[in-house]
Amino acid sequence: MTAPVLYGLCGAALVGIGLYGLVAGADLLRRILGFNVVGSGVFLYFGSLAARHPTLAVDPVPQAMIITGIVVALAGTALAVAIAIRLHDETATTRPPGNAENRDARDLR
Amino acid sequence: MPAIFADLVAPAVPWAAISVVLPLAAALIAALLGRHAHRLAIPTALAGLAVAALATTQVARHGVIEIAVGGWKPPLGIALRLDGLGCAFLLVIALVSAGVMLFARAGFGAAPDGSETRRGYVFWPLLFCTIGGLAAIAVSGDLFNLYVGLELLTVTAVALVGLDGKPAALAAAIRYLLFALLGSLLYLLGTAILYLVHGTLDIRLLAGAASTDGATLTAVALMTAGLMAKAALFPLHGWLPPAHASAPAPASALLSALVVKGPFIIMLRLWFEIAPAIATPFVAQGLGALGAAGILIGSLLALRQHRLKLVIAYSTVAQLGYLLLVFPLAGGSGEQQPWTAGAWTGIIFHAMSHALAKSAMFLAAGAMVEAIGDDQIERLDGIGQHLPIATFAFGLAAVSLMGLPPSGGFTGKYLLLSAAFASGQWWWAVVMIGGGLLAAGYLFRPLSHLLAERHQPGDLVVVARSRQTIALGLAALSILLGLLSLGPYQLLQIGRPGAAAEGLS
Repeated sequence: MTAPVLYGLCGAALVGIGLYGLVAGADLLRRILGFNVVGSGVFLYFGSLAARHPTLAVDPVPQAMIITGIVVALAGTALAVAIAIRLHDETATTRPPGNAENRDARDLR
Repeated sequence: MPAIFADLVAPAVPWAAISVVLPLAAALIAALLGRHAHRLAIPTALAGLAVAALATTQVARHGVIEIAVGGWKPPLGIALRLDGLGCAFLLVIALVSAGVMLFARAGFGAAPDGSETRRGYVFWPLLFCTIGGLAAIAVSGDLFNLYVGLELLTVTAVALVGLDGKPAALAAAIRYLLFALLGSLLYLLGTAILYLVHGTLDIRLLAGAASTDGATLTAVALMTAGLMAKAALFPLHGWLPPAHASAPAPASALLSALVVKGPFIIMLRLWFEIAPAIATPFVAQGLGALGAAGILIGSLLALRQHRLKLVIAYSTVAQLGYLLLVFPLAGGSGEQQPWTAGAWTGIIFHAMSHALAKSAMFLAAGAMVEAIGDDQIERLDGIGQHLPIATFAFGLAAVSLMGLPPSGGFTGKYLLLSAAFASGQWWWAVVMIGGGLLAAGYLFRPLSHLLAERHQPGDLVVVARSRQTIALGLAALSILLGLLSLGPYQLLQIGRPGAAAEGLS
């Protein structure tokens, strides 16, 4: 197994883990972190694509895209956290609407 | 033709690029102007209309316009490309955003008593950025550039949803953001896979290379799922009604009319220009079935709402369902008479007229909410006498949404219906007619209250007639789109992908 393949598989695993957190996470902050884990996985996978050919130089295009993607993910995360803080200030909850009541009942005890 | 005008529409002037730069520059200036930002509304609206008109004239005279940004040609550089579809989208963006800007001047400018709110400071930069993101989607010829446009759209649209700062609005905003961020990651993953397989992200270069291998299939599936989440297509529509209903009225108009259409434009480019070969009959019928379910469930939910803005928002879910019918129905030669133009053209007519009608309806609803203080349908009795122009605008927009002639909505549905019968897929026609009847049902209910006599106590706030007229103008444009459909029809044929004529499956 070559290094790029290993990186690619790690990226795929991160996407899976993060996706679970993003979809199934009960806590808003956990979902936002899940989004960041998915993002990291996609970027790692994208980076492994840069080594397209074992003997040629590294392809710079995916690297340029990763940097753009990181900026976008940063902006999205900042906005999400800002809204989550405002929502917490207003309602003292960090749960997304709709599925808040039933899950994680142990927190209420 | 005067020489100056000929120079203006020569391909040398990059109107496609200017259409993106103009709103972004306006956003920067608005952020600097602070409390005076509302003064930018009229100049930006006029300049946006002029640039869209010049770009469209350029495309009409010279065919598809291509700009290599910075002189770097694809595959290394990123091309901007403007075809008939992009032009149609640019024109609708310019018209709707002009209406939204003019309408918002009163609500987000300085109040008559000189007091000011934080809302005015952030609204204008966000609005201009949203328009910039939409324009970027209209002119991008590169999948990654489209991703950046999508993200700009997402971040600013979410902020517009949460602008009121009430808990319900914030909850709707974060729900929208989570859906949209998941969608953008899926899209980005698909983009990465396409780059791995084909070594380019330029749409035209991909069109020659895309085949039916497993990697391309996976990529298109991931990107479609992501775009459906962003476009609120059934079954990923859950975030839309609370988000669009809790945003301020001008923002709702922009969100419902245009922001959900951006991802759909990318879907059209993905399926019809990049990878038409992978759409098997099974896939096309499946996407169509999702659209049909969206039409029926969105309409039924709209029937059950008690708040005016929620009815309009669920109506958007239903109307977006029609968009997915393009996949099973596409086909039909554009070379023949317009009535055999096929579903691809029909769906864009539908999207354009929905954008104009839905923005008119949200602005009219905004005027009604201002008048009575909330948007309970039961409390709307007699508003028709108080706000005759807004009520008329609501009615005209309803005509277009129901698909009654001579509106643009009728032209779009007619093209879709004839494509359904011509290709022997009568079951889609049944769904469309049922959707039209349901639309009549959920729109007549608020209309009957609007036209009833007023028995309820309480004073009504006066809404300036000039602002109601903006809603009427947009509604009239959605009717005019049907009356003058030949011009837009010919525009859409410029750069029309081959798969639009041959059908996907």
